[in-house]
Amino acid sequence: MALLKRLSRHELPLVPFTLNGEACSGRAGDTVLTAILTQSDRLRLSDFSGDPRAGFCQMGACQDCWVLTSDGGRVRACSTALKPEMSLRTITEPRS
Amino acid sequence: MSDAIRPLIVGAGPAGIRAAQTLVNAGVRPVVIDEAPSSGGQIYRQRLVPDERSAKDLYGSEAAKAIALHETFAQIRDRIDYLPGTLVWNLHDKAVDAVTGQRTRRIAFSHLILATGATDRVLPVPGWTLPGVFTLGGSQIALKSQGCAIGDKVVFLGSGPLLYVVAWQYVKAGANVAAVLDTAPFSAKFHLLRGLFAQPSVVLRGFRYAAELMAHGVAVRFGVQPARIDGTTRVEGIVWRERGKEHRLACDAVGYGFSLRSETQLADLAGCRFTFDTRDRAWRPERDGAGRTSVSGVYIAGDGAGIAGADAAELAGERAGLALLDDAGLPADHARIGVLERKLASIQHFRDILESAFPFPEAWATSIADDVTLCRCEEIAVGDARAAARDQGISELNRLKALTRVGMGRCQGRMCASAAVEVLASTCGRSPDAVGRLRAQPPVKPIPLEVAAEGEAA
Amino acid sequence: MSRALHKDVAIIGGGLVGSSAALAMRRMGFSVVLLDKGFCGAQASGVNYGGVRRQGRPPEQIALSQRAHAIWPRLKDLIGIDGEFLRSGHLKLARTEAEMTSLEAYAARVADLGLDLELIGGNQLRERFPWIAGDVTGASLCAGDGHANPRLVSAAFAHAARHAGVDVLEHTPVSHVEKTLDGFHLSAGSNAEIKAGFVINSAGAWAGPFAEAFGEPVPLHAIYPSMIVTEPMNVFMNVNIGAEGGGIYARQVERGNCIVGGMRGEPLAEPDFSRPTGSGAVTIMNRAAALFPALRHAYAIRFWSGTEGEMADRNPVIGFSRTTPNLIHAFGFSGAGFQIAPGVGEVLAELVRDGESRTPIQAFAIDRFARTTQGSRADNEPELKKREAAQ
Repeated sequence: MALLKRLSRHELPLVPFTLNGEACSGRAGDTVLTAILTQSDRLRLSDFSGDPRAGFCQMGACQDCWVLTSDGGRVRACSTALKPEMSLRTITEPRS
Repeated sequence: MSDAIRPLIVGAGPAGIRAAQTLVNAGVRPVVIDEAPSSGGQIYRQRLVPDERSAKDLYGSEAAKAIALHETFAQIRDRIDYLPGTLVWNLHDKAVDAVTGQRTRRIAFSHLILATGATDRVLPVPGWTLPGVFTLGGSQIALKSQGCAIGDKVVFLGSGPLLYVVAWQYVKAGANVAAVLDTAPFSAKFHLLRGLFAQPSVVLRGFRYAAELMAHGVAVRFGVQPARIDGTTRVEGIVWRERGKEHRLACDAVGYGFSLRSETQLADLAGCRFTFDTRDRAWRPERDGAGRTSVSGVYIAGDGAGIAGADAAELAGERAGLALLDDAGLPADHARIGVLERKLASIQHFRDILESAFPFPEAWATSIADDVTLCRCEEIAVGDARAAARDQGISELNRLKALTRVGMGRCQGRMCASAAVEVLASTCGRSPDAVGRLRAQPPVKPIPLEVAAEGEAA
Repeated sequence: MSRALHKDVAIIGGGLVGSSAALAMRRMGFSVVLLDKGFCGAQASGVNYGGVRRQGRPPEQIALSQRAHAIWPRLKDLIGIDGEFLRSGHLKLARTEAEMTSLEAYAARVADLGLDLELIGGNQLRERFPWIAGDVTGASLCAGDGHANPRLVSAAFAHAARHAGVDVLEHTPVSHVEKTLDGFHLSAGSNAEIKAGFVINSAGAWAGPFAEAFGEPVPLHAIYPSMIVTEPMNVFMNVNIGAEGGGIYARQVERGNCIVGGMRGEPLAEPDFSRPTGSGAVTIMNRAAALFPALRHAYAIRFWSGTEGEMADRNPVIGFSRTTPNLIHAFGFSGAGFQIAPGVGEVLAELVRDGESRTPIQAFAIDRFARTTQGSRADNEPELKKREAAQ
C-alpha cells in the first residue's frame, strides 16, 4: 500500500497520529506527506475527476498534497511537519 | 549599524543567505523571509530533525558547500530579522504581505532582494498525475530531507543535470533504480567536452555519476521519447520509444523533470520588466550583471533570476548585496565585485554548454496527445487548450487562461505554464516568446480565509 | 499601407455592451466594425463579479434590466455557449432592522415592475439557507436572478459578432474620431482609417475623452472592484448573495469555487490594469469566513480586479449625443453593467435602425449632468454608500 520507502531514519522516535481514524505512527522529522505515504498510496482525490493524487513536487509549489485534519482544517502535507497526535484525513470522497 | 535602510530578502537558499551575509558584514540588518522552516533552500535543504546520516550522505560532493552555507547562516542568525515558515503572498508599494500560519502582516522595505529560487520544469506525459509520479526535485527532497525513496523500483526520466544527480543519490542511498531515461540523444553529451575547460570538476563529476549508475546495473537510455506512465490508481510501469521501438519497464515510481523554471511571481508583482531568455526558454526579470532589476531598489539573485545553479546563486546573492550597498551609498568592496563578476561570467558560459547537453524536448508540444491532462489543478486537457487556440484564435497565454482555465488553479500555473506556452505556440504557429507569459496576481500561493491581519511591522 | 474601412457603424470598445450591440446590428443587416484597444472583454466586462441581478437596481433601470433578463437564458442560441449562466436566485441580506426596512421599502417601490421579490424573515431564512451564519435579520430573494461567468460571456459575444461578419479589430485603439459631412472619420491602431455613418462610444472607463471630444464632458471616474476566489469546495451556496448596505457579495460556481467581493482594488502604474489590495483582500476573506461557516477552513487561491467606469449618480449614460448627430453613448455602468449589457446592445441597435428604442432610456441621457447644478460626487456620498449594496 505504501508509496514511499524508508531507506534511513529508522531509529528516530515514533510519532503517533491517526489517519482516517486509524492509529498510525511516523518518525520524528517526518512531514505529513511522508507519514501518510509510508502507509498509504494517496493523499486526496482530484477536484474534478476524482482521480487519486499523492503529491508531486514536495516543495510547496504544486498544491497537490492538501489533506484534512479532523477538525475540518487543511494542511499542505509536504510542507507541514508531523506532530504527535495529529488527526489527519485524506480526501477519500469525491466533492459533492 | 545603519538604520537608514531596511532591506528585505525573500528566500533563504544560497542566494538569499549570501546576500544577507553581505549586508550584515556592512552593518545592515535585513529582514529575511523564507517559506521553509529552516534555511538552505531546496538544494541545501536541512532535515527537520538530525538523523544518522552525515552531511556527505545528504549532499554528496557538495557537502562542504552545504556545511559552509549553514554555518554562515548560524553566524548571522542574530544579526538579521529572520521569519521562517513565512510566505510572501503579496507585494505592493515598497511593502510585502507575509503570512505565518494564520497571521499575516505587512512589512515595509527600503530595498528588496528576491532570491525565490526555482521549481522543476515539467511537461505532461500520459499518466503524470498518478500517485508515484514525482518531480526530480521532489524525489530528491524525499531522499534528502525524509530519508525515503519514492518507491521500491524507481525510474528517472527527463533532461537536465538533476536527472543524473538524483539517480546517483538514490543508488548511493540503497534505492532500487531501474532505469534513467534521458530524452536527449547521446550525441548531445559531447557538448560537455567543451565544458571541460570551463568547469572541469563539474563535468567530470557528471561523467562519474553516469559511469557509476551503469556500474550498478542501472539502465541508462538516451534519445528517449516518453510514451506513457502506466497504472490505474498508482504507477505500475513506464513505456517509452527509442529509435522507433517501444519499450516497457515495470516500476512503481517515476521521478521526472526537464531542467528548472524560475519562481518570478514577486518580481512581476514588484513591476519588474521581463525579458525572454532563449536558453531557459522562459521569461525572466531583466537584470544587470549585479542583479539590479528595472525597478529601482529591487534586486534579484539565484535561480529565480534565470537558471544558473547553486554555485552561481551564492555568487549572485553576494553580488546583489554589494550592489544594494553601493546604491545605498554604503561602502562596497569593489575588488570583490570584480572577482564575483568574472566567476559568474564563467558559470554563465558553462550553462550554455549544459543547455546543449540537456536540450529541451522541442518535439513534445506537437507529439503530446489531446487527451493528456495539461493543467493538473483544473484538469484541463491538452486538446482543450489546442481547440480553444484554434477555434477562438487565441495566441496569448493570459487569454488562454481566461478562456480555458489552464493555469487558473491552486498552483497558479507553476506546474503547467511552461507546457501551456509550448502547446499554445505550436498550435498558433508562433515561437514560445511570442505568446506572452502569465501575469502574476496575488496571492502568490493559497492563503487561509481566516487569516488574521496584524499591524505593520516596525 | 493604411487599411481603409467603410462601415455603417463603428463601435469604440469591445466590452459586453459594444460586442452585443455589434452582434445585434450585424443581424439587422448593418455593416459594423468593433474596435478595442486590447482584447475584447478583457476589462470590466470580463473581470467583473459575474452577478446577473435585477434586484437592487434603481427603478429607472428595471425596464432595461428586464429586457436583458429575457436574453440570458438564450445565450447558447445567441453566442454558442451558456456562459455558465445559472438562474440561482439573488438573495440580498439585511443584517439590521434598518436594513430590513430598506429592503421592504425597495420591494414596495418595484412591486409593479415584475421582479417577484420575496421578503424572508430571520427564522425562515435560517431554515431555508442554513449555511448562512450569524445575525441576519432577514433577506429579499429575487428567484429569477442568478450569475454567470464574465470571462466567457464577454469573449463569446465578441466571437459571435466576428462570426456574424463584424470586423473585430483588437489591439486597435482609436486615436482620433471626428464628425465629417456624411458621418464620422476614425483613425485607429497603427494604420486603420475608418468611415462610418454611426459611432457608438462604449469605451467603458475610457469613454470620457471620446464624449469630451464632442463637447460632452461627463463625471466619469475609474473604480476597481476586486474579488477573491476560493479553492473548489463542496457546493453549498445555492444562491447569489448580496447584502443591503454592501460590504460583501458572493456566489459559488458549479465547479465549487466561491467568488467573493466587496472591496476595491487599486490601479497599477500601467493604468489599464489594477490589482486587489492586500488589506482589502484579507477583509473580504475574513467576512466570507464569518458569514459562511463552510468557508471557515477554506483557502483563497487567486484574486482579481477590473477597471470599471463609474458615474457620479451611478446610472449609466445610454442614448444619442446632444451635440452630434448619429453619435451614441453607452458607458458608465458603475459596476453593475454585466446583467443589463446584452439588453443595452439591443437598445443601441434599435437606436441606429429606428432612431429610438422601445425600452425607455430617458433617465440615462448624457445631458442630465448639465441640467443639474454641477452635482458633485461629495454631495451624493450618502446615497452612494447606501447603493454600494447594488454591487
